[in-house]
Amino acid sequence: MSNVPTELKYAASHEWVRNEGEGVYTVGISEHAQELLGDMVFVELPEEGDTFSVGDDCAVAESVKAASDIYAPISGQIVAVNEDLEDSPEMVNNDPYGDGWLFKIKADDENELNNLLDAEAYSASIEDE
Amino acid sequence: MASKTPLYDAHVAAGAKMVDFHGWDMPLNYGSQIEEHHAVRQRAGMFDVSHMTIVDATGPEAKAYLRYLLANDVAKLTQPGKALYTGMLNEQGGVIDDLIVYYFADDSYRLVVNSATRDKDMQWLQKQAGEFDVSVTERTEFAMIALQGPQAQEKIAILLGDDQFGQVKEMKPFFGLQLGDLFVATTGYTGEAGYEIIVPNELVVSVWDKLLDNGVEPCGLGARDTLRLEAGMNLYGQDMDETVSPLAANMGWSVAFEPAERKFIGRDVLEAQKAQGTEKLIGLVMEDKGVLRAGLKVKVEGGEGVITSGTFSPTLGYSIAMARVPTPVGDTAEVEMRKKMVTVKVVKPGFVRHGAAVVKAY
Repeated sequence: MSNVPTELKYAASHEWVRNEGEGVYTVGISEHAQELLGDMVFVELPEEGDTFSVGDDCAVAESVKAASDIYAPISGQIVAVNEDLEDSPEMVNNDPYGDGWLFKIKADDENELNNLLDAEAYSASIEDE
Repeated sequence: MASKTPLYDAHVAAGAKMVDFHGWDMPLNYGSQIEEHHAVRQRAGMFDVSHMTIVDATGPEAKAYLRYLLANDVAKLTQPGKALYTGMLNEQGGVIDDLIVYYFADDSYRLVVNSATRDKDMQWLQKQAGEFDVSVTERTEFAMIALQGPQAQEKIAILLGDDQFGQVKEMKPFFGLQLGDLFVATTGYTGEAGYEIIVPNELVVSVWDKLLDNGVEPCGLGARDTLRLEAGMNLYGQDMDETVSPLAANMGWSVAFEPAERKFIGRDVLEAQKAQGTEKLIGLVMEDKGVLRAGLKVKVEGGEGVITSGTFSPTLGYSIAMARVPTPVGDTAEVEMRKKMVTVKVVKPGFVRHGAAVVKAY
C-alpha cells in the first residue's frame, strides 16, 4: 500500500497539496502516481508568475513509460518552481512528498481547497487501480 | 493464468514489479529501471529470459532444412558452438521471427526464438520440417539467464570450474559452449559483453542466487528494452513483424543472398524488393526535452514514416528512437510530438556500445 500522508490534500488526478501558510500551497504528485509512471526522465514545470485555473494542465511529468499532464489542483499564480528537478527528475520517484515537489502556487480562492480529497478519500480512490 | 518461470519466487523476493508479458509473469523492474540500466552498462546485471523458446533441430537433413527455413545461411557455421542471427521469413518476405541459431554439427542445431511468437514459430517450424528428415524439439526443461555488462566475465567465474572459466575467457562473440550442466553463450541483447546461460529448470534458482550473491544486479524488462534500443537491436512485434521486410528493418545484413543457388523462404520477394528499394529503419536522436515514442509520425524527404521504438536513453541523457521511413531520408526528420512538430537528428540505428556513445550520421 502506498504512502498517503494525512496532512496533505489530494486531487483525484494524483497531485498533492500542502498548505505553507499565507495562501501559498506546495504541489507535487503522490507516491502512487510516481509508482504508476515509473522512473521520471523529464519534468516540465511552469514559469514563476504563470496563472492557472483549477484543472488547467500546468506541468508535464515524463517518465520512461509516458508523458503525463499535471493539473493545477487549485487556481492561482505560480510563486516558485523546483528547479532541482531539471537535473534530478528522479527526486519525484525517490521523495515525492519532499524534495520531489513540483511548484508552489498562491491560491486565488482558498475555498477551492474544500473540493480536494483528504488522505482517506484519496487512498480509497486509488485502491481500485 | 500467466505462465511463471522457475525464477518467479526469486523475482518477488527481490521486490520485482511483475507484469504480464505475452502470457508470462515477468519482472518489469526491481525498483528503478534506470538504475538497472546503468548497472548493465557499468557493472553487471542479469535478466531472467527463461520465457524464451529453445528449439533443437536434429537429424540428417537438419542443415538442409535450416538453409531453406532461414534468411541467413547456416552453411556459414562450421565451428561447433558458432552462432548466427537470422530472420525467419514467410513466403511474402515478412519476418515471422528473429532468432539465434547455434551450430553443433551438420545434424544438430539449436534455435532460440522469441516467447511472444512461440506458438506460430513452432507451427511454422513443424510445417516446414515436413519434407525434411529432421526432428524439431522444444526444450521446455531449460531456463535461461542473461548475464550482461563489463563485469560479466569476472562474475560468471562463480558458476564455473577453473578449466571451464578458462574456456569461457577464450570464447569469441556469438559462440556457445556446453560446460557441465550449463550452456554458456557469448550473446546478449544489451550492447555489452556478456553471456546467455541455458540451464536445467531445477538448477536455475541456484545459478541466479550465486550470481546475486556475487554482486550481479537483477534487471527487468524495462531496462532490457532501453538497453537493446540503445544498442540498436530490433524488438520483434515492434520494429518488425510479418508485414515488414527484413530489408526495411535494418536486417539486410543478416539476409544471405549468396550463394545464389540457395533457395530460402521469401527469397524471391526479397530479391525483387532489393532491386526496387524498400523503406529503411533509421535512428533518431532528440537532444531537447521530451521522449520520442513508438507510433509517432515521422516526416523525412521521402515522405511519412513511423517511430517503431522510442525511449529516453539513460546512457546518453536524451531521447532516441528507431523509425521506419521511405527514402530518401536526409539529415533531419520532423516528428509530431504533443501537437507540435519537432526537428530531430537522423542517425544510424545504434546509439551505445560497450558503455559509450556511438551515434553516427546516417
